[in-house]
Amino acid sequence: MKFGVITFPGSNCDQDMIYVLETIMGQQVEQLWHKDPDLKGCEFIVLPGGFSYGDYLRSGAIARFSPIMNSVIEHARKGGYVLGVCNGFQILTESGLLPGALLHNANQKFICKNVHLKAQTFQTVLTNQIDLFKPLNIPIAHAEGRYHVDADTLESLNEYGQVLFRYCDENGKVDAAANPNGSVDNIAGVCNREMNVFGMMPHPERAADAELGNEDGKVLFESILNIVSV
Amino acid sequence: MADNTTVTVETAKKLGLLPEEFEKIKGILGRTPNFTELSIYSVMWSEHCSYKNSIKWLKTLPKEGPHMLAEAGEENAGLVDIGDGLACAFKIESHNHPSAIEPYQGAATGVGGINRDIFTMGARPVAQLNSLRFGDLELDRTKWLVKGVVKGIGDYGNSFGIPVLGGEVFFDEVYNTNPLVNAMSVGICNADKTISATSHGVGNPVFIVGSSTGKDGIHGATFASDDINEDSAKDLPSVQVGDPFQEKLLLEASLELAETDAIIGMQDMGAAGITCSSSEMSAKGGCGMDIQLDKVPTRQEGMVPFEILLSESQERMLVVVKKGREEEVNAIFEKWDLNCVEIGVVTEGNQLRYFMDGDLVAEVPADTLVLGGGAPVYEREFKEPAYFAEAKKFSIDQIEEPTDLRAVAESLMQNPNIASKRWVTEQYDSMVGTVNMSTNGPTDAGIVNLKGTDKALAVTVDCNARYVHADPEQGTAIAVAEAARNISCSGGEPSAITNCLNFGNPYVPEVYWQFVGAIKGMGEACRKFQTPVTGGNVSFYNQSNIGGKVEPVFPTPTIGMIGLVPDKKKGTTIPYKSKGDLIFLIGRSQNDIASSEYLVGWHGVRNSPAPHFDLDEELQLQASLRQLIAAGLVRSAHDCADGGLFVTLAEKGFTSGFGFDITTDSELRPDAFLFGEAQSRVVVTVDQVREGDFVDLLANAGTPFTLLGHVTKSEIRIDDQAFGDIQDYAEWFHNSLAARL
Repeated sequence: MKFGVITFPGSNCDQDMIYVLETIMGQQVEQLWHKDPDLKGCEFIVLPGGFSYGDYLRSGAIARFSPIMNSVIEHARKGGYVLGVCNGFQILTESGLLPGALLHNANQKFICKNVHLKAQTFQTVLTNQIDLFKPLNIPIAHAEGRYHVDADTLESLNEYGQVLFRYCDENGKVDAAANPNGSVDNIAGVCNREMNVFGMMPHPERAADAELGNEDGKVLFESILNIVSV
Repeated sequence: MADNTTVTVETAKKLGLLPEEFEKIKGILGRTPNFTELSIYSVMWSEHCSYKNSIKWLKTLPKEGPHMLAEAGEENAGLVDIGDGLACAFKIESHNHPSAIEPYQGAATGVGGINRDIFTMGARPVAQLNSLRFGDLELDRTKWLVKGVVKGIGDYGNSFGIPVLGGEVFFDEVYNTNPLVNAMSVGICNADKTISATSHGVGNPVFIVGSSTGKDGIHGATFASDDINEDSAKDLPSVQVGDPFQEKLLLEASLELAETDAIIGMQDMGAAGITCSSSEMSAKGGCGMDIQLDKVPTRQEGMVPFEILLSESQERMLVVVKKGREEEVNAIFEKWDLNCVEIGVVTEGNQLRYFMDGDLVAEVPADTLVLGGGAPVYEREFKEPAYFAEAKKFSIDQIEEPTDLRAVAESLMQNPNIASKRWVTEQYDSMVGTVNMSTNGPTDAGIVNLKGTDKALAVTVDCNARYVHADPEQGTAIAVAEAARNISCSGGEPSAITNCLNFGNPYVPEVYWQFVGAIKGMGEACRKFQTPVTGGNVSFYNQSNIGGKVEPVFPTPTIGMIGLVPDKKKGTTIPYKSKGDLIFLIGRSQNDIASSEYLVGWHGVRNSPAPHFDLDEELQLQASLRQLIAAGLVRSAHDCADGGLFVTLAEKGFTSGFGFDITTDSELRPDAFLFGEAQSRVVVTVDQVREGDFVDLLANAGTPFTLLGHVTKSEIRIDDQAFGDIQDYAEWFHNSLAARL
């Protein structure tokens, strides 16, 4: 499996993602530069976290116009896999590859902390190895992570199994108290209807290294590799 | 043009120079300087850039250590060899004055500036720490400052992409007008790929890279060298504006540059902008420089020479490139969409010549501007203040013992100086870079994973300014000791320090006495710990002149320390590990409540001596602790600091949910035992089956220790009295600061 991790100007989680994919998961990784539209034969494209273009207009709003994004959109339309984490998720909603938008957190502050998530489906490339009853301890770090969609879209997301993760407490309870940023329906991550484009605010790459004492995020990468090997 | 202004001693005084300094400048130049030249001297000889009132004493600090690659003052930051071909660059700096009038930008640009100091050396910043002091939390101004400073630090650092691994936040009314904002950055580089802040090679081109130059921050260094007063808000243009996105691009471009050998040297532009970088690099390399100011990319039309020279616009660097290698350098900055413009050339001699549209607008010898060259050096008089002798009269016997110790414990948990700073720290990205080993295993010092090695780096900032005020010499030695203790508790060995010396007006003899005492105490402690001082920053004039009344802050010599954890698998964390583990105190309990939060907060007594401290006891304690950790005999460790033993025991319970059952010492007052802040004490827990080995090791070393009790499921008991449940204390601890903001 050849992964491609895109560096936009202002990306700051690109090296973290590369470290996990390459060193911990042992995969081949290309570091893709936003000005170069060539995806270099990568099968799985990752848009990492950070502050692309400083997030000055709106998170992800400028990065979607980077030369490489046309190739990413093309790749996705052909069924290629794309994952956006945090700022990457914001870029994917801005470019229309994923439904919804990421608004300012309800408390209007940047929040960085470990939170708990529950996978909502095991029928995707990203979640097929996850125990749906086990809350995963994975950190968030964002100022604009409040997922928003209108009621109709929310209904169809649920209907088509597009909600990947919901925020929960350490016992797995999904309620307002466990919602760190005010996301609609506690949604932490979604995919498109074709289930090849994924976006999530929490950072699985920050919870995948035994040396940091938390490997709850590793199961997402194991899921990806599992599907591929089938 | 301003350069045509007739320059007199009055002009010099307006720029913050003394009459004798004006005379000295005339002597150096052999003529009266023009306005541009005078401006150059005024910033370079300001306290902020020249250290003129502090350097005499700073030179007494130990600079040498077995692992030093660059000593204090040699480069933008100290450089320590950490093995495996790696070096660690680290430094702390203040941004107090800007933060006092514009907290958001003041704090943000403080973060930007200190990180540039690190990556201009070719090191990638991997950890940020912040030491913050604010006034009375009940005041609206304080709340405004706290919110602005925290958001400023967060917005800049989060976007730039550096994790915050440690820090401190302290509140006291002495900081009502003058908050202190000290930011520390720690970076890692290949020991053989560092960049020097130097210039040489006649004919080599000089480039300015990064952001365009605007009118922000002009005379910022001069502004930082005066008291804050009623008119300070008018100095708002002295505050710079930060752009973390540009800084991130500049970081990546600079590190790509470090991979080449196309450059001679590079220095970031902080205080005094182009003036400071061009003069310091030239003085260091022993050469001159011609700079064409009209070639500098500017943000606005019509900037005059002194504005371009003195602008403190952020996210800029001066780079001396090897002739013939210009295209390589250009390509890197073009990739990152950054300005990269040739503005000058290295010349023979020592003259700095600045031109505008072909006209020579200023000509000054580089070495006359800088520290160690022609910048003035003063000896200031100092005098013991009256409060010092007064404090020594304090005795614990004057303080009535409280009848309800549980009420004291509850109140301490909610004391803003003790309560959790989660409201602050959750606004900082603490995990970007995936090196923070303290996220899931809280430690006294922040632990940075050195990926691909067996080691980790330990980082901390510490200073209890109340102790320093009570006794500058002892209080500062305590600050060094506490920093080292935090590193030792985490399984590390202290390596070196950087300092940020925040004091009042050095021309006030009582303030200068505090400064001298602090330096003496720091020097003594650093020599004992073998932790050289690699650099730092002095911030004087942290006092407020309001309606004629002068209010200095507590003398606050913040210590930033790094250490090496030789075996990261043996790093030790704070939380209790399991019920039934034995709780030991290593060190000695004392009948001492001096300068404790308990004495100040509960009894309202502000003037008392520094708490009990003995440097040799401290060294022995830490040596024994490191042996215990290396031998795998302790399951958790946490030092006794603000709030005393009870707070230490409770904090060990907050992340684990366990409680504790302990017995006090019948020979000591229980309030002193529980809440006193005598130094050189650490609480550890030990698996019952390892008790024998643990006791043997300490007994053989002759290090004092006491069995306090054991870890419980969640209940807190002291001398068989119920003190409640750890969860209640956790609620108070975690929620009180947010509730008050």
